[in-house]
Amino acid sequence: MRFLAGALAWLESRSGLGAFIKPLMSHHVPRSATWWYVFGSATLMFFVIQVVTGVCLGTMYAPSAAEAWQSLRYIDKEVPAGWMIRALHGWSSNAMVVMMAIHMLQVFLHASYKYPRELNWITGVCLLLVVLALAFTGQVMRWDQDAYWGLGIGASITDRIPVFGSQIRDLLLGGPIIGGETLNRFYALHVFILPGAAIALVGLHMALIMRHGISEMPRPGAPVRPASYKKEYEERMARDGVPFHPDASQRDMIFCGVCLIALVVVAAIYGPFGPGGEPDPTLIDTNPRPDYPFMWLFGAVSLLPPASETFVMLVTPGVIVLALFLVPFLGNAGERAPSRRPVMVLAAAFAVIAIASLTWEGLASRWSPVMNGWSALPTPAQFVRGRTPLEMQGAVVFQFAQCRNCHALGGSGGQRGPALDDVATRFTPEQLTRQVQQGGGNMPAYGKNLSRAQMDAIVGFLSTLTPSYETPAAIPGAMLPLPISSAEPAPR
Amino acid sequence: MSEGPGHTGCEGCGCTGGGSSGNRRAARRGFMFKLGGGLMGVGALLSALPVIGFVLGPVRRTQKNQWVALGALAKFPPGATRFATYMNPIQQPTDGESIKTACWVRCISEGKYQVFAINCAHLGCPVRWFEQSKLFLCPCHGGAYYEDGSRAAGPPPRGLFEYEWKVEQGALLIDAGRLPGMEDST
Ligand code: FES
Repeated sequence: MRFLAGALAWLESRSGLGAFIKPLMSHHVPRSATWWYVFGSATLMFFVIQVVTGVCLGTMYAPSAAEAWQSLRYIDKEVPAGWMIRALHGWSSNAMVVMMAIHMLQVFLHASYKYPRELNWITGVCLLLVVLALAFTGQVMRWDQDAYWGLGIGASITDRIPVFGSQIRDLLLGGPIIGGETLNRFYALHVFILPGAAIALVGLHMALIMRHGISEMPRPGAPVRPASYKKEYEERMARDGVPFHPDASQRDMIFCGVCLIALVVVAAIYGPFGPGGEPDPTLIDTNPRPDYPFMWLFGAVSLLPPASETFVMLVTPGVIVLALFLVPFLGNAGERAPSRRPVMVLAAAFAVIAIASLTWEGLASRWSPVMNGWSALPTPAQFVRGRTPLEMQGAVVFQFAQCRNCHALGGSGGQRGPALDDVATRFTPEQLTRQVQQGGGNMPAYGKNLSRAQMDAIVGFLSTLTPSYETPAAIPGAMLPLPISSAEPAPR
Repeated sequence: MSEGPGHTGCEGCGCTGGGSSGNRRAARRGFMFKLGGGLMGVGALLSALPVIGFVLGPVRRTQKNQWVALGALAKFPPGATRFATYMNPIQQPTDGESIKTACWVRCISEGKYQVFAINCAHLGCPVRWFEQSKLFLCPCHGGAYYEDGSRAAGPPPRGLFEYEWKVEQGALLIDAGRLPGMEDST
């Protein structure tokens, strides 16, 4: 025992580690810092999980375009607990992004970025960018079809940069194609450059927290006055602050513990992400989708009008990042309480709603045709029951000409164009003919691709699509269908 | 920035602040400092050159497009649009399967072809040909193109990218390599 104490004393006298750590644990934090303050710690915890599981994967992953995909399959299927390490790495990365977003939102709503903590915010924004870059490069590491075509999308966006676009694209891809050097480039970013930057920034972020202390919960009518803030804050901390450990750390520990258990449970149940299809670019029967953190971007690029697209894609990210950096300089003094900063609260609400709804749209991706809609989906019986042979022929042409890839019938089919269950209530046969022939409103023109007979048939069929088929729209030149004895109204 | 000779305010720095021997010492130290800075600068530049050259290497494009064969003309009958694959002539040792490349060949009539890149002109996803409706559809954001590659609907700002082609010894060849992009705009 005495020997141990002696050894510890020796270590302390030579290293000073204890003297370094003690203030980290015992520094005073505001009594008001309660559950709102746990999200930063949780982000850090998930980062640590990423480092540990990432190093584990690094011992098995083959960073080579020829072998990466196979090595992941090997980790998933052969290596003991390999799938679980991959699942932890994937889910923890999503969790880290979520925790970071909540932490950032809390800091923004409480205006904790105001004097003297401007740099805390700025290092935080840098961390946000690094973490998102880690998420994107991580998706590339899977080297499956999503990764390959996702890179293609990144390359195409870069390509649109004026003047040097294609050079920058080559720099990004490590050559004129998406190939071996592309993966290694992203590997270097994902395992060396970005984690290194993240560790350095986390260190800085923590040092700044120690330097300026944790901000108090905002109170209306207690504005930040830069001239006197520091002195007053220190007095308040000395008077009724509480030591970080254990008063605040216990909440961090409880929350992090719950998060950790949830992570393990989710990872065990849902397993690792991918790898998806083999990275063979000639297998084009694929449907590339980004990972969750980029779903909102996928939604945005899909919904942008083509005319403004390039400008928006290239300029908006820069504007958003610049705005984030400028946040503490737009007002670093004054009220912190959300109730006194309605504009900022609205801005935060707008950002949250925008990202949430774009993510929602991205997940639904109604703009994507259902590529096998025409061949795989049955025509619901109510749309062919009681039809004439011509109209039935129209139903066949409708299916055959891939209309179903973009138009739903009876709730199944593409959602790129409107559902056609009751199209005859909106279009007369003449209008239907025109629309099919000439397209328009984001629909291709089929005039050249359908024969006269096919056109008549398809219009005949579409003209029967009303909520109750008993009263079909009149078809000029065609006989009205005879009333059907047991005509029940077609369910919608 | 640098502590030049004869600097002032030198409490505790060791020089005697104006004495002749102090001046000499200060001068020598100033010289050493400049020498050190200069050597470091030259060294840094020399060692940075290969690093910069290495990192910027891909921009120099040492590998160029080449003519590659897509197969015998019989594979591409008049009036049809057919899927074709080839090995990208631009290769790196660790590419694996990623150099396998696909394209769409349309034979307008005997001896007249159009060869379209597989990559959607919007953001590069692989477009698929639908024979019955004579459309190319993109799975990503719903771009659509007509048989001749022109834009039909959706977000693409232009028609499909086309390869230059030629016929040699009964085979169809295309000028392939670089991932198609804005440079191919006409
Ligand atoms: S990549 Fe084809 S529509 Fe966007």
